[in-house]
Amino acid sequence: MKQKTTELVVGLFMIAGFAALLVLAMQVSGLSLKANEATYTVYANFNDVSGLSVRGQVSMAGVTIGRVSRISLDPQTLQARVELEIRNSMNQIPADSSAIIRTSGLLGEKYIDISVGADETAMRHGDTFYETQSSLNLERMISNFASGMGR
Amino acid sequence: MVDRIAALGRLGLAILSSLGRSGVFLFRSLVGVHRPATGFPLLVTQLYALGVLSLAIIVVSGLFIGMVLGLQGYTILSDYGSEQAVGQMVALTLVRELGPVVTALLFAGRAGSALTAEIGLMKATEQLSSMEMMGVDPLRRIIAPRFWAGFISVPLLAMIFTVVGIWGGMLVSVKWLGVFEGSYWGNMQASVSFTGDVLNGIIKAVVFGFVCAWIAVYQGYDCVPTSAGISRATTKTVVYSSLAVLGLDFVLTAVMFGKF
Repeated sequence: MKQKTTELVVGLFMIAGFAALLVLAMQVSGLSLKANEATYTVYANFNDVSGLSVRGQVSMAGVTIGRVSRISLDPQTLQARVELEIRNSMNQIPADSSAIIRTSGLLGEKYIDISVGADETAMRHGDTFYETQSSLNLERMISNFASGMGR
Repeated sequence: MVDRIAALGRLGLAILSSLGRSGVFLFRSLVGVHRPATGFPLLVTQLYALGVLSLAIIVVSGLFIGMVLGLQGYTILSDYGSEQAVGQMVALTLVRELGPVVTALLFAGRAGSALTAEIGLMKATEQLSSMEMMGVDPLRRIIAPRFWAGFISVPLLAMIFTVVGIWGGMLVSVKWLGVFEGSYWGNMQASVSFTGDVLNGIIKAVVFGFVCAWIAVYQGYDCVPTSAGISRATTKTVVYSSLAVLGLDFVLTAVMFGKF
């Protein structure tokens, strides 16, 4: 084959390879070229966060508005302190809203659902949710029920 | 008894000297890169022979492996009523494991063995020594372009394999079995991370490309220059490459994804 044709075919091969990388990045891993939107941080204290993971979704009325950025244990209250990054465009969360850990589907991932309150003032950077509801631990509920039955 | 111990010692020395020779050989062929004007056409010819001509087997196997993954995943996941997760399963399996590993195994069988046989025959027919006689370094002229072509081709082939596989899985699970297309891609995008999964898969493919190309050219260059020697070298290429790829895959997986 002529050298020119070989070069052309090899060039196409390289382009196909890099196009595949692009597909993997964009379509498969959902990476987007847009810079990440600026966020602000709010906190929520839970009695039990088992199953919730960092990078987990934060949603409101089913629409994703942010993600979990850190989970730590508060040494004073012995509660789990969860740091939430909320998009700046969502800065109208009423201050008396509550954060609830829910499961998507029966066996799905845990996410934080924000149940909207009625307060006129909005939550600001560094605020903590006043009211929270911990994750529903099916195993614990069953064991509580079973030991309750024994009495 | 003494003879046995001596034989064991000889074996150890032979293995060590072979490892040492392959290391020196690798270093000399890596350093021995031509000036771009003469080296580039050689590299392009080898990229064509090793990369482009392997595309057919890579695309076909990728398609079928993706389709099988989609079918198997659907069967298992639908028992738990979570067949929407099939996209996530297909993508993670392909990106993390099957893409790089199967590509490297196919490459060793399709291209590595051909490399070894070609270089071995050049040695047997004394083309390599006549090149040296003419003052052309065969490491530069023959080995370096083949090594680099293999090293460049494998990651590209692995990415093409992965994409075709994911598309094949989509074909089976969405078009045929009726999984909702939005949840196929949506679950995939939610669970596959670019740095954690895609980049680690590419790193694996790069490592495998390096190892496969190295083993193939070294076995060809180091073979006994007879027809039996070439056949043994070709076998060794495929066996050693496959074992190295699978062993390294375990080590890399443990480093990348193991939590300990």
